[in-house]
Amino acid sequence: MEKQSGAAGSAIFVGWDSRQYNYYTPKGRKATLYEDVTVDVQPDPERYLIQDWIISFANGAPAYNKALTAIKSSNWHEYRAPDEEHERNHFARQSEIEETIKIITTSARAQGAARNYETGWVKILQDHVGALKHPEHGLGGILLVAQRDGMTQMINNSILTNSSYKLRFAQDLLLYLAEVSLDLDGALDEGAGKDHWLNDPIWQGARRAIETIGGASDHLEQYFAINVVYEALVTELFRSGFVMQCGAMHGDFVTPAIVATGEGDYERNLANAIEMFHIFAHDPTYGAHNQAVMQGWLVTYVPLCVAAARQLQPIWSQTQVKRVKFVDAYERAKHRISNTLAQIDVALPKEAQL
Amino acid sequence: MAATTLSKITKQKKISNAEASRRIGDLGWTPTYVQALVKYPTDYVLNKIPKDPMRQVLRSYFPMQDEKDNRVFGALDAGLRGDMFRNVEPRWIEWMKLFLAIIPFPEISAARSMAMLSHVVPGDNLQTGFATQMIDELRHSTIQMNLKKWYMENYVDPTGFDITEMAFGKCYATTIGRQFAEGFITGDAITAANIYLTVVAETAYTNTLFVAMPSEAARNGDYALPTVFLSVQSDESRHIGNGHAILMSILDNPDNHLLLERDLRYAFWQNHAIVDAAIGTFVEYGTKNRDKGKESYAELWHRWIYNDYYRSYMLPLEKYGIKIHHDDVEAAWDRIVKKDYVHYTAQFFSAGWPVNFWRIDGMTEADFEWFEAKYPGWYAKFGAYWENYRDLSLPNNPPSLWVDTGYVYPHRCWSCMVPCLIREDFVVDTVDGELYTYCSDLCRWTHKYAFAAEYEGRPTPAMGRFSGKRQWETIYHGWDLADCIKDLGFVRSDGKTLIPQPHLHMDDSKMWKLEHVRGFELRSPLLDLRAMTPEAREKHIAEYKKGFTIKRI
Repeated sequence: MEKQSGAAGSAIFVGWDSRQYNYYTPKGRKATLYEDVTVDVQPDPERYLIQDWIISFANGAPAYNKALTAIKSSNWHEYRAPDEEHERNHFARQSEIEETIKIITTSARAQGAARNYETGWVKILQDHVGALKHPEHGLGGILLVAQRDGMTQMINNSILTNSSYKLRFAQDLLLYLAEVSLDLDGALDEGAGKDHWLNDPIWQGARRAIETIGGASDHLEQYFAINVVYEALVTELFRSGFVMQCGAMHGDFVTPAIVATGEGDYERNLANAIEMFHIFAHDPTYGAHNQAVMQGWLVTYVPLCVAAARQLQPIWSQTQVKRVKFVDAYERAKHRISNTLAQIDVALPKEAQL
Repeated sequence: MAATTLSKITKQKKISNAEASRRIGDLGWTPTYVQALVKYPTDYVLNKIPKDPMRQVLRSYFPMQDEKDNRVFGALDAGLRGDMFRNVEPRWIEWMKLFLAIIPFPEISAARSMAMLSHVVPGDNLQTGFATQMIDELRHSTIQMNLKKWYMENYVDPTGFDITEMAFGKCYATTIGRQFAEGFITGDAITAANIYLTVVAETAYTNTLFVAMPSEAARNGDYALPTVFLSVQSDESRHIGNGHAILMSILDNPDNHLLLERDLRYAFWQNHAIVDAAIGTFVEYGTKNRDKGKESYAELWHRWIYNDYYRSYMLPLEKYGIKIHHDDVEAAWDRIVKKDYVHYTAQFFSAGWPVNFWRIDGMTEADFEWFEAKYPGWYAKFGAYWENYRDLSLPNNPPSLWVDTGYVYPHRCWSCMVPCLIREDFVVDTVDGELYTYCSDLCRWTHKYAFAAEYEGRPTPAMGRFSGKRQWETIYHGWDLADCIKDLGFVRSDGKTLIPQPHLHMDDSKMWKLEHVRGFELRSPLLDLRAMTPEAREKHIAEYKKGFTIKRI
């Protein structure tokens, strides 16, 4: 018998041209690569897992458990990440960011850029940008745990990439500040940032809020609290509303460029979160329930994060050039969160005023 | 005078990777306002903070991974340009329908399991290790899904690949892979995510999975699988480092030793039972290459598992006062070499071909000769079976399982989910008043004593439990074979022709249809056993343990 070629089209028979994954419905007209490598990889007894989960926890809870979140869904599989991240584009983007930072910092260091930073600004970098790296890392850690529990691969992978972005950004800040310290012969105290994060009253509201999020047991509550509330009112407020606005006027063109990568990450993570919670808010069966759940989360986290934001206000007074005002930054943060909630279609409860 | 290099001109003061890693380990803090919940508890007590032996930093990790990806995807393109599929062996690619249906879920489960470790492992030094492993596992899962898509787009018979994740949830063979993967994400966090996943599956068995098997792929003209899986394997050293660091922390507290001994036994035996069954079959029965100079699966096992893992990794643990069950390793070796574990597994998969979602090629004279050379006595035990299989491969016959060849469909092991193939080792026991079947006494021990609320008098409240409809056969007990296949969705686009075929003929006239498999009843051996009187059951067990003899038809 002549050896059968293994090439497509070398024989014509029933099924020879079935060359697409056919067990799920693509969101658009055609399946995307993201969908092909993501959808249904985490199985579901309500789809194809006919034997159900075959190992349980001691209390009988299955490997993936709807009871781990207050959100309910009539179709957990509807969500697709707007950023369509899977390993290849995730690595490409993360790598590109690292390469960009490397070019910026190498070039800046070659010019002795740090020596031109205004002295008071160096202290701000030391105390407050140094403090910022800790909540960024903390958010990454919370998300690393949260990515375990979602009911689909799409949900969990969005939380996973969010974790990856936060952890990378925290490390980028740390390594950047270490290099500034080297270039300033130790004039920037690298340990001060953690001390401020742990002890400075300015940061205690931010720490209380993040520890409250970390103490929640509901992974979607954590994902919501981080992206919809905490990032908008605390970390983005500081990154975008302070560091990126003030750096250049204090001789620092480097820090804003590095912080901009974190802002770019947040835009993607927020887009994913908005899409996910929009779907939950409009679930044909559980939409009203989910809106009430999200409002409950807003009641918990908005006051904490508003307090955290207001406690950060003195930082705006520590700069030599006082052209950027906290009130303007806070207005933008308020606008951000209002806009996000409008897109999700959840009203801000009166107990959670900004 | 030597030329000055660019890097010398542009050299700047840097902090070393080790120093960067140390500082990154200080990014975390102990919460004081609100304590984080431990969602996934462990019965182990870890006091010593493990150190990250790999000193991982994301700044260097991402560019390295991106480069690895570029090489993998470039190689896939080169495979197509080189017309790889014209020369690939269909016998091999068919088995990839099963393998690649299974493996992405264990991979992503490993990502999820990092969440469990992150909460129970003290200190922050390994946090980047958990993060990189989590991201690595996302990589593995999606790059494998992409490889499968690539096969589907370019291989002569794409059916089976096209239903892959649906098939993973439904097939009687993939349940074995689900047992493997669910073990990473359920129950005691350290048992699951450290001992079972990292200390045993990754440290020992990724060598057979991701190194030995790709070598066989290359021998069958498939250069894509080695490209992808050797790239995957290059990430494993990081994971092994994570696992070993935690293991050292576990060992530091003598109160953990009893649990560690339990988990090493359970994890080693389950990995052996599951991975050797599957990978042994792919390597020995999925190949067309019968070079007698190459290593058999038994020889590969001796190299990777016995020498590389048992002698170099497990044995040194004895100096910490841990009892290593040498007899388990010997028993696994005996099952492979003396008790024909892999050969019985291949026989089982081929006997069950109508409920597969891939084709299984019959063995030829060239195969017989190789098996006899590598496993003396093989032909006397298995020759007639494979001759019958070949003779019954066209649809003018009943499916081979329903022909009186002497083959007895096996009981399924409640623990590892592989059938009870070594008949003389078959055992039954009662747990919580219900009768169960096991492939071996160690699998019985795993279910009855390891996955329980206490172990040797010590409460183990975090340990998992076996659950669900564990035995696939119970779902289709009493069903007509044709209805079962339809229900599974293992039918081609014409609604009649089966996806599985017991041959490689790419010819409609030789392909089995639903009409050829109607009128044959599926039975669950377990349900039948439970329904027997005690006397009948005892007799049945004695008969089962005697084994069977294949008659030539």
